[in-house]
Amino acid sequence: MPAVSMPIAMSELIVRLQQESPIPMDAELRCTGGQLLALVGPSGSGKTTLLRALAGLVQPRHGYISCSGETWFDSAAGHYLPARKRRVGYVPQHFALFPHLDVLHNVMSGMLHRAPETRVAAAHDLLERVNLAGLESRKPGQLSGGQQQRVAVARALAREPQVLLLDEPFSAVDHATRERLYGELAMLKQSLSMPLVMVTHDLREAMLLADEMCVLHRGRTLQTDKPLELVARPVSADVARLVGIRNIYHGEIAGHAPEHECTQLRFGSIVLKTPYRPELVPGSRVQWVIPSDGVVFHRRDRPSHTERENQLQGIVDTVHKLGEITRLAVRMEDEDRSLLWLDVPSHLARRNEIAEGVTATVSLTVAAIHIIDSTS
Amino acid sequence: MDWQALRLSLLLAVATTVLLLPVGVFAGRWMAESNFRGKILLEAAIATPLVLPPTVIGYYLLVGMGAHSPVGVWFTELFGRSLVFSFSGLLIASVLVNLPFAIQPAQRAFESIPQDVRDAAQCCGMTFWRSLWAIDLPLAWPGVLTGLTLSFAHTLGEFGVVLMVGGAIPGETKTVSIAIYDQVQSLNFEGAGSMSLLLLLISLGLLVFANVLGRYAGRLHAYRNV
Repeated sequence: MPAVSMPIAMSELIVRLQQESPIPMDAELRCTGGQLLALVGPSGSGKTTLLRALAGLVQPRHGYISCSGETWFDSAAGHYLPARKRRVGYVPQHFALFPHLDVLHNVMSGMLHRAPETRVAAAHDLLERVNLAGLESRKPGQLSGGQQQRVAVARALAREPQVLLLDEPFSAVDHATRERLYGELAMLKQSLSMPLVMVTHDLREAMLLADEMCVLHRGRTLQTDKPLELVARPVSADVARLVGIRNIYHGEIAGHAPEHECTQLRFGSIVLKTPYRPELVPGSRVQWVIPSDGVVFHRRDRPSHTERENQLQGIVDTVHKLGEITRLAVRMEDEDRSLLWLDVPSHLARRNEIAEGVTATVSLTVAAIHIIDSTS
Repeated sequence: MDWQALRLSLLLAVATTVLLLPVGVFAGRWMAESNFRGKILLEAAIATPLVLPPTVIGYYLLVGMGAHSPVGVWFTELFGRSLVFSFSGLLIASVLVNLPFAIQPAQRAFESIPQDVRDAAQCCGMTFWRSLWAIDLPLAWPGVLTGLTLSFAHTLGEFGVVLMVGGAIPGETKTVSIAIYDQVQSLNFEGAGSMSLLLLLISLGLLVFANVLGRYAGRLHAYRNV
């Protein structure tokens, strides 16, 4: 991609990479300074390979990478900067601290661009910033997982990077530490002006921390958007599946009702009200999705019905108790006898005596229904 | 006790070890990092001296470095003397025979450094040399040193190759193992016994040292994976 065709903002990472082998890649990303972009996707989707390509640890066949106006890779121009010449802060999955060096020297390892006499003081400052003051002389093996992660972040920041790359930064720590580190990363992010790219397979993590989320599958970036937007409006059934949506169905556009600001969707014998989308052609076959939190379960003793819902009845097919949550699959009365998945609090499931085979009433929230426009 | 032979053996072992130090480090690191077609073949070729009878290796070296070989002719033209039956020839043979002892432990040691540690070094802006000096060698040195210790010990005890390539010229190619053989041939079992005991103790000491290094390397590796 030629540099001139892309307007470059300050502190912006611009990526377009393509290759067929050894690992397929077809990725397009942008991330501005101070923003955290989460790369999500299942194992083997190419997240780490893409991150390593950004770091300069692998050279893709074709494409373009620039950061803060500096071109790091441009296959058309035959230009490639190796990792050591890029100002990249890289936090690998298992932190990759240098085991023979103490904490202070691990951090100082990232300061080779600085004058030697300034390194010690700068490393102390960074360690204070990540709440590790006092642990300077410890070796990595003497630190907890959370402390190791903070050293790795400090070492990455010591490079004064133009982009901070985090590869599954929370996967090697226990649950309690992880929850604490989420807060710390969110705080740290506010003080950083460079783009941050984080690889994770944990959707919840991405939803919590990311400003933008990019879904990757088999090396391809399928959709990049704000996390809530992406989950609410996936561009394809693949994206919907990858962000954990199980309620994916086929239907037909029945028509539009502008006066009620809704588009009607035929689903078997039922017509559902959905958000108004006048661009959808009546009669066209479409796929539609609804996240499980867009499905409301009706209490037996207090059924409700509002304009903003599509009420349906079905038979409970599956009941999975998962701690405080009970996951239900309700078999609907459309032609395909599709399953509708929803989560209800376990106490509610108990109180309503929900069991396999009983009749259940559910509502599909109009605003939560998303019709995938295959023409876009 | 043939002190001259012992001195020559020690000199040969030290010279071999010194020459193998850079070979072990660079070949070991390169073999650990590279993945190319023919790597298995190269690894097998390097390991050949471990399984081939020393007389066979000695024979090929004798032919390869002899007065009529290209190497032998070149050496004679350059230095005015023969490569075989000289200390120089013995040193070249010793280095070649000890390649697997020096390279293999170093290669394993470099291989045990996790890829992400190497990646982190690159992302810290380290050049090849800085990364080698500051990260790779401090982590791999037990393996490198183990290789050199084994090479040293093996050189002290080498017999077949020395006899084929060097003969038994006192002060030039007659090492302690050849001297022991000579003593036995002349039925001087007392002299052979004292030299054998000395070699046994040195070898045992060096192997204990190599094992200690191996355990240290193991601990270092476990420590790295915390």
